[in-house]
Amino acid sequence: MFTKPIHTKLLYLVILAAALLLPWYVPDAYIFQIVIMSVLYAVAAAGMNLILGFTGQVTLAHGAFFGIGAYGVAIMTKAGISFWLALPVSALIAAFIGLLIGLPTLRTKGSYFAIVTLCFGVIVWIVSGNWVELTGGHNGIFGIPRPSPIPIPFFGELTFYTQTGMYYLAVAVLLLVLFALYRLVYSVFGLTFMAVRNNEPLADSVGINTYATKLVSFVAGNFIAGLAGGMYAAMMGAVSPSAAGYMLTFNFLIFVILGGMATLPGPVVGAFAIPVLMEFMQFLKDYRMLIFGALLIVVIIYFPMGLVGGLRRLNQKVAARRQQKLPESGHASR
Amino acid sequence: MLRVESVTKRFQGLVAVSDLSFEIIKGEILAIIGPNGAGKSTVFNLITGTLKPTSGRIFINELDITGARPHQVASKGISRTFQTTSLFDQLRVIDNLMLGYKWRTKLGFWNTLFHTPRWKAHQAETYQRAMETLDFLGLAEKHDQFVPALSQEEQKRLAIGIAMVCKPQILLLDEPTGGLIQEETDRVTDLIRRVREQGTTVCLIEHKMQMIMGLADRIVVLNYGEKISEGPPAEVKSDQAVIEAYLGGEVHA
Repeated sequence: MFTKPIHTKLLYLVILAAALLLPWYVPDAYIFQIVIMSVLYAVAAAGMNLILGFTGQVTLAHGAFFGIGAYGVAIMTKAGISFWLALPVSALIAAFIGLLIGLPTLRTKGSYFAIVTLCFGVIVWIVSGNWVELTGGHNGIFGIPRPSPIPIPFFGELTFYTQTGMYYLAVAVLLLVLFALYRLVYSVFGLTFMAVRNNEPLADSVGINTYATKLVSFVAGNFIAGLAGGMYAAMMGAVSPSAAGYMLTFNFLIFVILGGMATLPGPVVGAFAIPVLMEFMQFLKDYRMLIFGALLIVVIIYFPMGLVGGLRRLNQKVAARRQQKLPESGHASR
Repeated sequence: MLRVESVTKRFQGLVAVSDLSFEIIKGEILAIIGPNGAGKSTVFNLITGTLKPTSGRIFINELDITGARPHQVASKGISRTFQTTSLFDQLRVIDNLMLGYKWRTKLGFWNTLFHTPRWKAHQAETYQRAMETLDFLGLAEKHDQFVPALSQEEQKRLAIGIAMVCKPQILLLDEPTGGLIQEETDRVTDLIRRVREQGTTVCLIEHKMQMIMGLADRIVVLNYGEKISEGPPAEVKSDQAVIEAYLGGEVHA
């Protein structure tokens, strides 16, 4: 029912191999750090894409849920709780707060929902900067321990004190999230998300509970954001209010839109391509935002499904041209 | 089977439907006709829960569904189409049909995430039922195409397909042949007959008199939100009130 052509599968395999071998060819620790951050941002953006791209609900609180996950892990591990327990619990807290926020806000539609979630995002950011007893205020929390080693019988143990260890952990989380999303999205259940985005009255009339569908999408997306945030806290060893800020939300938004809304690889491509692009435009200083804005407008008008959507269109055109040529060559051989 | 009991719907000052009662009997094709603005589509919206009646009750098999939400009404076996052809136009033809069947299955979040045996069975069942329906609609070859690639008539047929893929008890069709030429109208009419032969009760809104007279078992005529006539086509055709409503009082024998 939902299969991909062989050469696309091959491309994914090559990318996976390149990702797994990365620690051997990455030039320096600075770039390695950027790559690890990109992996974590890709996880969060993939979660946002479930809500924004597939279900069509413009959430602008994603940075806040990332922050809730980050502060959750920071506070719990500082209190002596193991990272391996703190991470899922933090993600669950993000999901639960998502549920509480989603219950009233998902009754609003379109730009109203965007504004309400943006407000929530700003509130979380302000609270994180001012609730000094819990969050350490504007200084944040530092000295967050790295995840404790996992013992493996007969093999020794997996440690996470190095960048390489954290990198593999981040990649594992990304793959797990993408696998779960793949299962959810490419199924009849996943179609209900797209049905809500595409035609809500019709979805309602064919027996789909559209409100519940939006809620599931919102909660699952925020769970993923919390997961990414928790990883971020352990990776950086410190969190500050900027880890819950609305600027982060807009970064995720750009990753999703430029990478490709409603495509699984889109947010991942965006999370890697845009930081690279930013590095290249470093010499332009603040003017790069100008170019970025123009780029965003061009993409939204001409490539509504982003980079990945554009590539797919190209792929289809090539396939169509090949099919046109085939009957001709068949003619000649006869 | 479905009973509408003295239902009234007011929009501020305007009375769209006034003290309307009628019944849809199992196995029949019932047509609701009337001039523009007579309240026909409002009646559908009231039955399916898109609108809530100001007063009155609606029953399906003696179960009160007044004020239920649209997806709840759908899961009682009442399917509908919309006046302007309403499809999931960003999705493929087969996806549209699978969505129509989804409420009958247990294809929820956890079953899908963990690919439980139940998920496998239901997913396969959904696919099979969607393909069956495509055969029935004569759209099997186009299952993989996106909706905008279909012709106007194919889209109308697909809209009916989305509504009937779940084997509803009652199918409500709002102008299923609106905007189609005669030849296409005949094909859709034929489709509606075959839907009824499968055991689905049909209630439709139409403007094309000739088609209605040949298709419907019974007709309910609305004018200004009130029922002015009800009965078999031959009776309704010669009803003085109906002729007046349609021709503005001037009777041409």
